[in-house]
This record gives sequence, structure tokens and C-alpha cells, in this order.
Amino acid sequence: MHFQLAWRNVWRNPRRTTVILIAVIVGVWSMIFLNSLSRGFLVDLEENGIATLTGHIQILAPDYHRDPVVENSIARTEEVRRLLQRELPPDSVWGSRVRVNGIASNARHSSGVTLVGIEPEREARLSFIGGAVTRGEYLAPDDEIGILVGQALLDKFETRLGNKLVLMSQDTGGQIGSRAFRIRGVFRAQLEATEKQYVFVVLPAAQKMLQMDGAVSQFAVVLPDSEMVDTVAGRLQEILPGELEVWTWKELLPLVQAYLGMMDGFIFIWNLVVFVAMGFGLVNTILMAVYERMREFGLFKALGMRPGRILQDVLIEGFYLLCIGLVAGNALGFVSVWTLAQTGIDLSAVAAGSEYFGISRVVYPVLAAKDIVMADVTVFVLGLLVSAYPALKAARFTPVEALGRT
Amino acid sequence: MSIVECENVRKVYAQGQVKVEALKGLDLVVEKGEFTAIAGPSGSGKTTLLNLMGGLDAATSGELRVDGQRLADLSQTELAEMRLHKVGFIFQSYNLIPVLSALENVEFVMLLQGVPTKERLERARSILSEVGLEGMFDRRPNELSGGQQQRVAVARAIVSNPAIVLADEPTANLDSKTGGSLLDMMQALNQNKKVTFIFSTHDRMVMEHARRLVVIRDGRVVEDKRRS
Repeated sequence: MHFQLAWRNVWRNPRRTTVILIAVIVGVWSMIFLNSLSRGFLVDLEENGIATLTGHIQILAPDYHRDPVVENSIARTEEVRRLLQRELPPDSVWGSRVRVNGIASNARHSSGVTLVGIEPEREARLSFIGGAVTRGEYLAPDDEIGILVGQALLDKFETRLGNKLVLMSQDTGGQIGSRAFRIRGVFRAQLEATEKQYVFVVLPAAQKMLQMDGAVSQFAVVLPDSEMVDTVAGRLQEILPGELEVWTWKELLPLVQAYLGMMDGFIFIWNLVVFVAMGFGLVNTILMAVYERMREFGLFKALGMRPGRILQDVLIEGFYLLCIGLVAGNALGFVSVWTLAQTGIDLSAVAAGSEYFGISRVVYPVLAAKDIVMADVTVFVLGLLVSAYPALKAARFTPVEALGRT
Repeated sequence: MSIVECENVRKVYAQGQVKVEALKGLDLVVEKGEFTAIAGPSGSGKTTLLNLMGGLDAATSGELRVDGQRLADLSQTELAEMRLHKVGFIFQSYNLIPVLSALENVEFVMLLQGVPTKERLERARSILSEVGLEGMFDRRPNELSGGQQQRVAVARAIVSNPAIVLADEPTANLDSKTGGSLLDMMQALNQNKKVTFIFSTHDRMVMEHARRLVVIRDGRVVEDKRRS
């Protein structure tokens, strides 16, 4: 009957109960919804970073990371290919690239770019470029004069599909290697900076232009599950030729890694802030209800109810309120996240700002189980704790004082 | 056999800077099965005396025993246990739990005592029928008249077979007809079940129903009359 009594007491003043419930529901909803937005930003940041030629793991020649010049290349490519073929988990994707800084120019303009020589078939599954060509065509493996450029670079150079573009960079002999390419395809990327920075040619074309004699700048790997990264990277470091370096995306993108690390903390702090705001309302309203029922608590004590039982009964009322609020808040959170996930949030208006952080123009909210659990546990545990204060007050009323109240 | 024994009981309250002596060395013994009214003007200490007898408050000095148990020896938890098993209360303003039905209000004390559900329901129904509320088991207090609510309160007070029932001005909020009917019922319970009733009252009707009238004034017993 105690649970029945608590349930009926919850609905004794429907208006007041509705106010508390709205506070809890809005609090829980805001935690889930805003957490999903934050998580969406993070996932987008991480995915953009990985997809923009970083991959989960890179294998580099010594010093390449510090100085990405053509001299710091991997010569023993066949050995690395055999090892990757053998050692990587099933469904992993990998490929080799030449990747050096250079100059792109045409009759009107020139600009610093990153020249990326790719194995087109492997690269299509390895990075964003496979699905990014929106005009023209993707590179064929034997097309040694074709080049893919970004829409923003095309616009900057005031040129068009089919026109020529000259690339120059320092080759392995210390001379300036250059070659003319024909624009085969134009790609769009999440970030305009990506469109301006990268140009893609087939690997042999880049190797010939730079006199690399079959060497490559890097091997990139994308794993089927990002949780495997550290384990696989550790294994590769053990088995690869000693001079080669294995880098994970966390090491290659320290800023993204730092954001990810901070975000869990931000989400927790945000949850606490929301709860504090909600908690004041909760404790105030329950306290009001307790003071209104002071005679009743005096009666309970007069009848022989122990203080601990009174405390328990008030906490059960708090428990019911929190459960209803949590269920409704979660439901509202899921519906709003699902709805927004259909269209995403268009950040075009602040594209420059979001691009600075590596965030796409359209971001989709992401529901992570740990965020939902954190929000629910925070509200539930802290909610019960703040309910304890009015509950203790109720348990401490002396029967004589309480019954003396009108 | 004595059920309540008060020996030189004093109670002093602090009201701000002022000390108020509500009971000034009161002596009183109530026997089992009595139907006793404690009367006196406002401020005479009637309610204070009842609160002390019920263990709701503690005497400043003196001896107070209920059913042989010395109340000063009991902790707060033990006093709560004593009230639960040995004392029934009836209040002027009924003090029913508004979200429970009449039946559930009567069950409540037995619930606290740990009585099994089936027995609880049987006893509650039986006692409510006995006080004339057959067919009103499921009504909430706001669906009952004042007299009916007080009958529920009486049922609640006696359902657990307490040693004493303490009634503080039970007829104060009732009209004379209803109050009279209630008193007749309590008298019948007293005679049939030998429940000891101790009333604090201003009401002449209660005093006339009582077989023993104790008058207190200024915290002391000034008159103690028994009727045959």
C-alpha cells in the first residue's frame, strides 16, 4: 500500500505535479538532444578527418611526418603490401599514395596544392574521393594524364573540365619535376578547404613526375571498426621493416583527438548544469508539497510510523516523478533527434566558421548509448538525492508540532 | 488494573523567552476499561496531558507509565512502536489520509504493524461495519460527512486493539446529534470490547457520557468524579 499511497500522493495536486514533470522532461530532453548534436559534431569531425586522406592508420617513412618531402619515401613497397595483405583484419581497406606539396598553375593562376598520387580502385574505398566526383569522371587506373580537382580550385583557377593544369614539385633529384594534366573530373568535399588543397592523379604519373622509382609517400589503412586501431597499429609496428613508422589517426589529427577528449567532459558538465537548474525546481516543489502535508506526517508519526519509513515514502514519490519524467523526456529526445536526423542541421550560414573546425556544412545528430545513460543516470541519481532533503524534513517533524499546524 | 499512571507529572514549554508550565505535578491513574473525560478550560493542560500519555511528547519531570511501561525509558523508535501497538488516537479534525479510502485508512495502522493483507481487510471491514459505515468502504474522506469521517477515525483507532484510545475533542467539529451518535458508538465499544477511552473535552455531552470525569485546572487535577 505504501507504493499505492505514494502514487496517489504524486497526483494529489495534478497542477504542481505537471509543473515538476515538465521541468524533468525538458531537462532530460535537452540533455539528450543537445548531447546528440554535440556528438554529431564530433562524429562529423572525426569522420571528416579520417576520410580526408588520413584513414585510421598510416605507414610512413621516417621523418615524413615531420617533413613531407619526396625524399622521405617508402622504397620497400612490395614487402609492405604483402604484410598488409596478410595481417590486416578482414574487410580492411588499404592503399598506397604519393603525397607531396607542389604548385598547380594554368595560364591565369597558380596556387599551392597537395599532389596526391593514388591507386584509383583502392582509393575509391579508402577516402572521400571515391564518391566525391560530381562532374566529369573518376580516374581510370591507366590514365596518366588525368587529374581530379576540387570545385573550389576550379572556380579559383577560372578553368573548366577538360582543360589543362600544370603541376610542379621537387623531385628526388632535387630538380623541379613538372607535368601537364588534363582535368578529367571535379570533386566536391565537405570542406571548401579540401577542394582547394588536394589534386589527384594516378600513382604512376606522380611517381614518374617526381622520379620516385616506384617508391610511395605513405600507405593508408581504413579498418572495419575504429576500436581496432590501437591493436592493429601495434601489431603493424612489430612486423613492418624497422625503419617504417606506424601512425594512428589520433596521432595524425591531435586537434580532433583533443576535441573528442574534451567533449565527454563538456557533455558531463552540460548535464550537470541542466540538472542544477532543474534540481532547484524539483527540490523547491517537493519541499512545498512536504510542508503542505506536515499535519499528515505528524499523523503518521502519531500512528507509529518510523521516521525511516516516512523518508522512504517521500523518496518513492520522487522516484515516480523521476521515472515518468525520464520516460517522457527520453521519448521526446528520441523523436526530436530522429526528426532532425532526416534533414541534418544546415550550417551553410556559418560555413567558414564550421570549416575552421573541420565540421561539415550539414551536421546530423548522433545518439550515443553512453550519452543517454549518462543523462538518465544523472537525472535519476541526483533527482533522488535532492528529493532526500525534503524527505528528511518530513521525517523530522515532531508529531506535536506537526499536528498543531492548521 | 491500571493502564495509565501519572505521578507528579510536570511539563514546561519554552515560548520564546517565557517558560510556560502546562502541567504542575499532576497525579492521575486510569484503570483498564474506563471511559474517562478530562475536562477543563482552555490552557488547563488537557491536550498536553493526552500528548504525554500517547508518547507524542515527553514530560519535563515525573513518572508516566502506559500499560506498565515507563515512557521515559523509551527511545523515539520505541515510543513509535508503543504508539503503533498500544495507543489509538482520535483527533478533533479527524486527520484521515485524504488519498486513501475509508477502508484503506483503517487498514493503514495494521499495515504498519505488518498484519497480512487478508486479515487486514477482514478486520477493517468488520470494524467499519461495527461503527455503522457498511457500504462506504471505498469512499474517500472528502466523500464522507464529518460524522462519518470521525467514525472512520474511531475505527482506525481501535482496529489494532490498543491498550488505550486517546480522543482529543472528538466532537468539537460535529453537530450535537452526530456527536451524540458518535459517543453512543464509542460507549458501546467501550462496554463490548473493553476498550479504554480517555477524552479531552469541553463538550458537556462528552462529560455526561463519561463514567469518570477528571477536571484539571492550571495543570493540576482539581476534581475527580466517578459515576456508577
